[in-house]
Amino acid sequence: MNPFSSGTRLSDMIRAIRASKTAAEERAVVRKECAAIRASINENDQDYRHRDLAKLMFIHMLGYPTHFGQMECLKLIASPGFPEKRIGYLGLMLLLDERQEVLMLVTNSLKQDMNHTNQYIVGLALCALGNICSAEMARDLAPEVERLLQFRDPNIRKKAALCAIRIIRKVPDLSENFINPGAALLKEKHHGVLITGVHLCTEICSVSSEALEYFRKKCTEGLVRTLRDIANSPYSPEYDVAGITDPFLHIRLLKLLRVLGQGDAEASDCMNDILAQVASKTESNKNAGNAILYECVQTIMSIEENGGLRVLAINILGKFLSNRDNNIRYVALNMLMRALTVDSQAVQRHRATILECVKDSDASIQKRALELIYLLVNENNVKPLAKDLIEYLEVSDEDFKGDLTAKICSIVEKFAPEKIWYIDQMLKVLSEAGTYVKEDVWHALIVVITNAPDLHGYAVRALYRALHTSSEQETLVRVAIWCIGEYADLLVNNAGMLEVEDPITVTESDAVDIVEIAIKHHTSDVTTKAMALIALLKISSRFPSCSERVKSIIGQNKGSFVLELQQRSLEFSSVIQKHQNIRSSLVERMPVLDEATFSGRRAGSLPASVPTSGKSSLGIPNGVAKAAAAPLVDLLDLSSDDTPAPTSSSNNFLQDLLGVDLTQPSAQPGTMQPSQAGADILLDLLSIGTPAPVQNGSTNGDLLSMQDNNTPLASLDTISSTSPTAPSSMMDLLDGFGPTPPKIEDKGPAYPSIVAFESSSLKIEFNLAKQPETPQTTDIEAKFTNLTPNVYTDFLFQAAVPKFLQLHLDPASSNSLPANGSIKQTMRVTNSQQGKKPIVMRMRVGYKINGKDVLEEGQINNFPRGL
Amino acid sequence: MIHFVLLVSRQGKVRLTKWYSPYAQKERSKVIRELSGVILNRGPKLCNFVEWRGYKVVYKRYASLYFCMCIDQEDNELEVLEIIHHYVEILDRYFGSVCELDLIFNFHKAYYILDELLIAGELQESSKKTVARIISAQDQLVEAAKEEASSISNIIAQATK
Repeated sequence: MNPFSSGTRLSDMIRAIRASKTAAEERAVVRKECAAIRASINENDQDYRHRDLAKLMFIHMLGYPTHFGQMECLKLIASPGFPEKRIGYLGLMLLLDERQEVLMLVTNSLKQDMNHTNQYIVGLALCALGNICSAEMARDLAPEVERLLQFRDPNIRKKAALCAIRIIRKVPDLSENFINPGAALLKEKHHGVLITGVHLCTEICSVSSEALEYFRKKCTEGLVRTLRDIANSPYSPEYDVAGITDPFLHIRLLKLLRVLGQGDAEASDCMNDILAQVASKTESNKNAGNAILYECVQTIMSIEENGGLRVLAINILGKFLSNRDNNIRYVALNMLMRALTVDSQAVQRHRATILECVKDSDASIQKRALELIYLLVNENNVKPLAKDLIEYLEVSDEDFKGDLTAKICSIVEKFAPEKIWYIDQMLKVLSEAGTYVKEDVWHALIVVITNAPDLHGYAVRALYRALHTSSEQETLVRVAIWCIGEYADLLVNNAGMLEVEDPITVTESDAVDIVEIAIKHHTSDVTTKAMALIALLKISSRFPSCSERVKSIIGQNKGSFVLELQQRSLEFSSVIQKHQNIRSSLVERMPVLDEATFSGRRAGSLPASVPTSGKSSLGIPNGVAKAAAAPLVDLLDLSSDDTPAPTSSSNNFLQDLLGVDLTQPSAQPGTMQPSQAGADILLDLLSIGTPAPVQNGSTNGDLLSMQDNNTPLASLDTISSTSPTAPSSMMDLLDGFGPTPPKIEDKGPAYPSIVAFESSSLKIEFNLAKQPETPQTTDIEAKFTNLTPNVYTDFLFQAAVPKFLQLHLDPASSNSLPANGSIKQTMRVTNSQQGKKPIVMRMRVGYKINGKDVLEEGQINNFPRGL
Repeated sequence: MIHFVLLVSRQGKVRLTKWYSPYAQKERSKVIRELSGVILNRGPKLCNFVEWRGYKVVYKRYASLYFCMCIDQEDNELEVLEIIHHYVEILDRYFGSVCELDLIFNFHKAYYILDELLIAGELQESSKKTVARIISAQDQLVEAAKEEASSISNIIAQATK
């Protein structure tokens, strides 16, 4: 006998573990025990096997690895005695789950035990099967379970019924076999069998509509009778819970009736009376009774229309809602949400109570109530509801503010009756919880403000006031300085004063002051500071008297460590210093932002799932970038007079994106631009010896977020997370461009060939084809044409693709290109993100002309969409 | 359906776990850590339901132990509270006013009882008496086997003396 394993009993081990004062001590005890158990396992010690397994289970519960005990379970299960089997099955369920392959070895033992003469052993096997059965085991053992559904002892029948549920969940096809035995169980008297049988039938109905029809016809009346009997049964001590006979059975029956009554008037009619009885007679002072009422209300709401019953159900929910027990209120809110689709009028009546629940101290209730309120808002009640919610925003928990803010913003945007009200509410939210306001929301606010010319003055004055009281709310600061930059003149001369407004006196230097505060405030981030710089530039033009001061403030950022700010500061200084004549036209007011375009983009960019930074490349910050871009254009090309102000908004966005590349002096306006912008993204993606993405001269949020990520890998992550929007912004660009190259518009299944690359000496064309059975894969036949009268030798084409693509290159037909001749090469690209991301490729071509090396590089991003 | 059952002490020690849906070992310990963090920190007057990863966790505190069950969104939370209570009552009857120590030293018994109450994450038996009867019948089988074994070893011991 092993001297180690015989040492400690289970309780001694538990005591030793409990006596450990530190985690290290506990680990030491466990290590010692595990070593002993392993030794005992190796010795194949039979006497202590079950004790070892019990210890292992305890160790497992503490979170230590116990995989080495898995085989012991199987050995114990295979041994003949009941005690060994009992602990063996327990270990099996505890230490293993259905995905482990060891489990396959147990199928045979299970089958044998399910045919055992001892009914308790049959019970153990069924229990294990029900808890960890996999799809394969389900197929193998379904016939045994089916047989055991008719076993003489009810305790086995009920276990078999639950096993059948598990089997159906794993393999829905097997449900057919259980329809008849399931129906037979509904006639049982034993409660355990009845409960499990009813549940089995519910489960079968959910996977097979034929079975549903069968049960509806054959069993509805019987079930109604059973429910009536149980509801009217006299006191029975065995099943009594708080004065109700077997609430569990009640609930199971109501659930099955719900399934049967849904969408069938006849069946619904059949159960009306008993539902009315349960709904009106059940005691509601104990949890058990409320559980039944709750289930009953759900059933009433789901089955076919019966006015009287619905009223009863809504009344029960009303009572629930005013209950002092939080649990009951919680389920009431839950249920009202579902009742909303059935009878929204009735739910509206409880609006005030629900609003109170939003302010509850319990997070679960708050969350439910807020969701419900959100669904209840309409044009008529939005004003009082929004007012209440915004007031509550001031006192709510920090954890809850994010949710609440998002919902308020959404409500206000959706149902605002007039713009001024919308602006007012948004201002309140921004001042109260600006940090929680998502980017697209404040972008939308700016879009609305620019679209309301008569409110420009009002908005800028209100923002100015708000900025004085809550200057720590970043988003408020951004919106405010944007507006001050645009409408500084309206701020100072009180133009467009509305009747509701209190007049304020703001001097020109006050306006500069507040922007200066923003730029110097320690919490302001780069975007805010960059926006403030633009605002200052604009102010300097609107108020020539402040020009000197603005110049000095801008100048202070010349030494900023952030490249973005430094660059802006330098450029703006030179605009102020040297180009007074063009300044005013440079910083003209932004053209009205197109609401339709913005909302379209927003809808397309999945506000919920896309990280917020993803949208900034589309939204208003571009307006800022544009303002920066415009002077630059002029700086580069001073001979031309004022650039004509862009007229259409899509053109704006084009220019915005141009801003990305304007640091390259060679940038030519024209078709190259969009591909350049795309190329930058691609360059970053591949990070082939390009400078860090920070170098791009743009204020985009994406780029800002990249600043933290200096490693190429990290920047790749950032890009891929924002990529759903990146391609679309490129496409938009092209749309705005008027005569779009036809190859991009073409989305037909037969893909036209594209010109992938063209220089003065070389032209590359791609012929695209797809095999129907592999939609992700595109076959590309590249044709390289020599455009010169020289022979190219040692011709080599290389290509690189981002990670989501796979590229396979076949050898070229020849490695020399005759004068004005061509060669071919095939390749295969597999796009794992087909439909989501377009194919992009970076390529390099090397060849020799008269022994001289030539290298050409380029990006190919004019592949048709959807490849 | 009940996806898992957790018994956690007020100090965050796990006393019983039962998984009816497949969760990998790593996932299990993550779930336990996450949930015990949420549940142990909730105030006493709050409701017994926590929304978590698209599921609901119904919990109830009995003395120093939290009984938690994770269910689907559309399940009846009040019924699950009742199931928890049902389980506790059976434990109470079996151990005779059960306490945490009973469940530590006889954790396997707690599992056996749970297995007579739930299978595949569904309720199996609504009668406390029936559960108690089945458990005691099985305990007797074990006792009988033990006695037999000890009598055999006695015989062997005497024979080899």
